[in-house]
Amino acid sequence: MTRRTPIATGSDWDFDTLTAYEREIARLADEYRLDTYPNQIEIITSEQMMDAYASVGMPIGYHHWSFGKQFLSVEQAYRRGQMGLAYELVINSDPCIAYLMEENTLMMQVLVMAHACYGHNSFFKGNYLFRTWTDASAIVDYLVFARRYVAECEERHGVFAVEQLLDACHALQNHGVDRYKRPSPISPEEEARRQVERAEYLQSQVNLLWRTIPENVADSGPHGDAEDPLGLHQHGRYPAEPQENLLYFIEKNAPLLEPWQRELVRIVRKLAQYFYPQRQTQVMNEGWATFWHYTIMNRLYDEGLVNEGLILEFLQSHTAVVSQQGFDSPYFNGINPYALGFAMFSDIKRICEEPTEEDREWFPDMAGSDWLETLHFAMRNFKDESFIQQFLSPKVIRDLKLFALVDDDQDEMLTIAAIHDDRGYRRVREALSAQYALSVREPNIQVWQADIRGDRSLTLHHVQDRRRPLSKSVYPVLRYLHQLWGFPVKLHSIEGDEVVRRYQWPLPADLEERA
Amino acid sequence: MSYFIDRRPNARHKSAVNRQRFLDRYRTHIKRSVEEAVNRRSITDMERGEKVSIPARDISEPVFQHGPGGRRTVVSPGNREFVEGDRLKRPGGGGGGGGAGEGGASNQGEGMDEFAFSLSREEFLDFVFDGLELPHLERKQLKDLEEVRPVRAGLAREGVPARINIVRSMREAQARRIAMRAPLRRALREAEEALEAEERKDPVLRNPARIQELKADIERLEQRIEAVPFIDTFDLRYNNLVDQPQPSNKAVMFCVMDVSGSMTQAHKDIAKRFFLLLYLFLERSYEKVELVFVRHHTAAKEVDEEEFFYSRETGGTIVSSALTLVDEIIRARYPASQWNLYVAQASDGDNWDDDSTTCRQLLAKSLMPRLQYYTYVEITPHAHQALWEEYESVQADFPERFAMRQIVEGGDIYPVFRELFRRRATQ
Repeated sequence: MTRRTPIATGSDWDFDTLTAYEREIARLADEYRLDTYPNQIEIITSEQMMDAYASVGMPIGYHHWSFGKQFLSVEQAYRRGQMGLAYELVINSDPCIAYLMEENTLMMQVLVMAHACYGHNSFFKGNYLFRTWTDASAIVDYLVFARRYVAECEERHGVFAVEQLLDACHALQNHGVDRYKRPSPISPEEEARRQVERAEYLQSQVNLLWRTIPENVADSGPHGDAEDPLGLHQHGRYPAEPQENLLYFIEKNAPLLEPWQRELVRIVRKLAQYFYPQRQTQVMNEGWATFWHYTIMNRLYDEGLVNEGLILEFLQSHTAVVSQQGFDSPYFNGINPYALGFAMFSDIKRICEEPTEEDREWFPDMAGSDWLETLHFAMRNFKDESFIQQFLSPKVIRDLKLFALVDDDQDEMLTIAAIHDDRGYRRVREALSAQYALSVREPNIQVWQADIRGDRSLTLHHVQDRRRPLSKSVYPVLRYLHQLWGFPVKLHSIEGDEVVRRYQWPLPADLEERA
Repeated sequence: MSYFIDRRPNARHKSAVNRQRFLDRYRTHIKRSVEEAVNRRSITDMERGEKVSIPARDISEPVFQHGPGGRRTVVSPGNREFVEGDRLKRPGGGGGGGGAGEGGASNQGEGMDEFAFSLSREEFLDFVFDGLELPHLERKQLKDLEEVRPVRAGLAREGVPARINIVRSMREAQARRIAMRAPLRRALREAEEALEAEERKDPVLRNPARIQELKADIERLEQRIEAVPFIDTFDLRYNNLVDQPQPSNKAVMFCVMDVSGSMTQAHKDIAKRFFLLLYLFLERSYEKVELVFVRHHTAAKEVDEEEFFYSRETGGTIVSSALTLVDEIIRARYPASQWNLYVAQASDGDNWDDDSTTCRQLLAKSLMPRLQYYTYVEITPHAHQALWEEYESVQADFPERFAMRQIVEGGDIYPVFRELFRRRATQ
């Protein structure tokens, strides 16, 4: 290969150099079949980066004190030098918006373009979770809509009322996603147009549900009652099936909410839904982006487009990004998703190109196949949980020296369940996969029953997983839920078929006195 | 396809609203921190922001989470000596039993106990003076004011070039051009149509003289159209300013301090902090605050700040000397019609016995009628003396404009200050 002269040297950058490098990266990315949304690369200052942090990386958001809290803590940490800001931030939108900080050196800007604008970007466009659950082309417009709507509500109903409602919704937002049903795409024009219509319709549904005078029940037959299509006044539990999307249930069924309040619940729910894939693909997303920045930077060096100084600076930075501290290190902060993801994607490539006996045994289909094809397949069709289950190889387990530890409160001691040996690989893999499963990380809480004919109380079921109880924060959350529902809220923790713990809000009178 | 956007010139502080919401929400918490800070800070230190901590649990955003307990498996990296089946003691003082121990390998602590952040100087002072009010902040009457401020009052045809309103001038010019050209344009069009009609005629029927005449007409009209000026002095419009009398927005604060031998440096520090709080407070209410320092022992003298606080003097105490001097300064430099006058006096309460009566008379007769507010702080742990008693009778005569309190130690300053200036609901 003929080596060309470097596009630029030194650590200063300007827009011409960035454009030139961007073109080269795009060429290489194309060679590796990275399919991306168009890139909108924005250069921002560190202050603007802090702003972006505070609004969970979104370019625009509605106002809420919690974002201010976020901002203050980032600002404080940054000012005191406890924390560096991320070099980039990338938004799953079409065009894909990436923020680059102006303080970055030339090497950093090139690295970040490869990482964010081609790594993350192609992941957003390719991965099935993002394809299914998010609508990249509509998100920015939806955010604008949400912001305007919240502002209007604040004008009409007061900042305090809106804030209270948003507090409550935020507390439940992790339980405001549809896990199995694909949400209908969000479109801001559509939302705005149908808003009034929906408000009226919703209210009429709710009225139907909560009507206290069961007219004509005696006259009409048990089936096909037009006034009571759900048979609510006849028999049965409502909802007929447990509902896992608490916010959706609230939006549709809470008896006392005003139409605008339902709309706000919906906004929080839609945004939670948008972030749902990101919470499930951290390792893969970062691993994928890191793998590609590493590959592309090395290609740039091979072709002579960057010089030794730059590539050394890059290697140092890359090493820091993928470093993994041991569990007993004072700097240990959990498993580094960059390290794990990068190790796994690199290992997939290795298995394809230079399989060992062990690999042939563990990954018979993969060993010796086209690495690029396999990598793309892995990126497209998995989330962290299944990705680890499928692709975590014994070699990576050995390299990272992973081990599984069991902590059982019925046992005096902790037990090492598995380590990086032949007997342990599968179990470590299983345990690590579970560690990334949202269904294991978050408590499983569902709406069990709304007592629509009795005291209107709402009962939730928490299905305990391996006897893990809820943390103390359950009470404040129930208080929020009560605020939304308007009537008593109960929560039962279920282990097997047995109710092991009952929570409720408002607290019973005797408890309240003690509290 | 990619493109770059330079967002750096865009607005910063996108989070300002959210930040303010946060501060509003935790007002009471922050105020508590600020109060502690005010008492802790040294004298010269009010000019900066403050780091504030709030208990993290008070501002947490709760979600459903797993609590400790149950059976959990944690995968961690960096195994060195463990083999399968090893049994380990629970780390930390959990001692088993309660089942409260976090998994050993993922023991990251429970996060911060305190949520800490910084307030800017402005925000800090907002909290310091929150709920306080200057008594008798009524602005001086308009009639006896000489102070004026120019305010905008529409447009005028005359003015200085610096105040030309370009948009309005151009609009006038355009209107004038349209108006002046319209008849000419009409005549030109008619002439052109006539000329065309003439030229369309059969060559035999043409009237060359007529054509000549029309052409001359057209040329003349075109010249006249051309000659309509693009802009004329007639078009110019100026932003008009008129002078409006202003309520006085100036205040002067007299710091009066006893520097006789009985006032120690500690007393002076306390006094200084009190003066400083008052100064910052006045500064927030008035555009301009001037300071006059008057120190006295047996004789009073106007000094600069440095000398006021730090030079040492000894001798007896005659308070009335200072009051007389204040009175003279007011007469000479700060006419009550233009200035809001505030006097803050700090002393340890010592005075020549028969001087206290003089003080009362001075205050009641000549000073109080002109002052907005008079505060007196007595820095002493001891019993009050004659001066205090005389002042009490002044306070009885001017209950709304005369305030006095006793300060025993540094920690009293801020509470006393708040007490003196708290917002009075009854007014």
